[in-house]
Amino acid sequence: MWEIVEKAAKDNGLVAAFAIVGLVMLTSGFISRKLTFGRVQGSAIAILIGLALAWFGGKVSGGSKGLADVTFFSGIGLMGGNMLRDFAIVATAFEVHPEEAKRAGWIGFVALLLGTVLPFIVGVCVASAFGYTDAVSLTTIGAGAVTYIVGPVTGTAIGASSEIIALSIATGVIKAIIVMVATPAAAKFLRLKTPRSAMVFGGLAGTVSGVSAGLAATDRKLVPYGALVATFHTGIGCLLVPSVLFIAVKAIIGH
Amino acid sequence: MVIYGTALLAVCHMLGIVLGDLLGHALGMKTNVGGVGIAMLLLIMLRLWLHKYGRFCAMSESGVNYWGAIYIPVVVAMAMQQNVVSALHGGPMALLAAAGSVAVCGLFISFINRAEKPHSAPADKTH
Repeated sequence: MWEIVEKAAKDNGLVAAFAIVGLVMLTSGFISRKLTFGRVQGSAIAILIGLALAWFGGKVSGGSKGLADVTFFSGIGLMGGNMLRDFAIVATAFEVHPEEAKRAGWIGFVALLLGTVLPFIVGVCVASAFGYTDAVSLTTIGAGAVTYIVGPVTGTAIGASSEIIALSIATGVIKAIIVMVATPAAAKFLRLKTPRSAMVFGGLAGTVSGVSAGLAATDRKLVPYGALVATFHTGIGCLLVPSVLFIAVKAIIGH
Repeated sequence: MVIYGTALLAVCHMLGIVLGDLLGHALGMKTNVGGVGIAMLLLIMLRLWLHKYGRFCAMSESGVNYWGAIYIPVVVAMAMQQNVVSALHGGPMALLAAAGSVAVCGLFISFINRAEKPHSAPADKTH
């Protein structure tokens, strides 16, 4: 019996994923209303439940894709994968007011540069505090602090060891998770209210996954503005870190 | 027709990805540079153009709006496939580097957004 259900879920992966995610959204909406009296947004709770399920899935399967590695839930991999995520993000652009986006254009660009350089500096400092001294390791870990894609791209480009690359990916994933979870709680402190503030956030907080989930859990209307800037984050990181910033690190430590 | 909206969205998405890949190539990288952002800009411009000429009916728009509305569930599905186990195994250094960079960036976001407030307030009233 269970085998038949499991096979049905596997063969109809995306459809099963719609049902599962819908159930999670329903549960989190209920928790939001009844347990927190609307103080914590339903989508924020749904993302927390999602991360908890990802931990559970990773423990059960031993894989790297969270719940999506469990056969029954394999459709989650398609629904939450890059293709549909980016498709949905592009669709949110339909709600953008162009004049709002234009007004914040330059500050979004400044935020993007800061969002690349600042995490890199912090990452390099932490790595050097933990005893790393070579430019390649320092740069790769710094790159991981930018995003979990810039980490491995940089590490591969400048020839870091797989152990260091794994560490840089872990740094980037933890960063994305912190942004997802902490953004709704810190929204007041960050002054996340206007399209312009969302664009500053998108540039500085980085990682599309962190920004998109963080804004979704804070205020759905701000999502397209933050995402518009954040989608350039990984590209700029992959451009600057293995070149300019790597050379800077080499120059500073002197070999 | 609903499919017109979804097809428009798909065309923008694909064009953006291709242009982002070309931009990455031109800059000497293997990665896509801002493909999704370019796709968003294309969609914004196309929507303005279509509205100006009244070429886009409400039915077609729902073919885009559905995907915008499905966005949060997709993000929840994305959260479900994060590598949380290995992130928790990253050890104190990964945690410190991540938390430190989030904290520093958070301070800058707060600082910039506070500084921008007086500028944006009067401008908002005119719109």
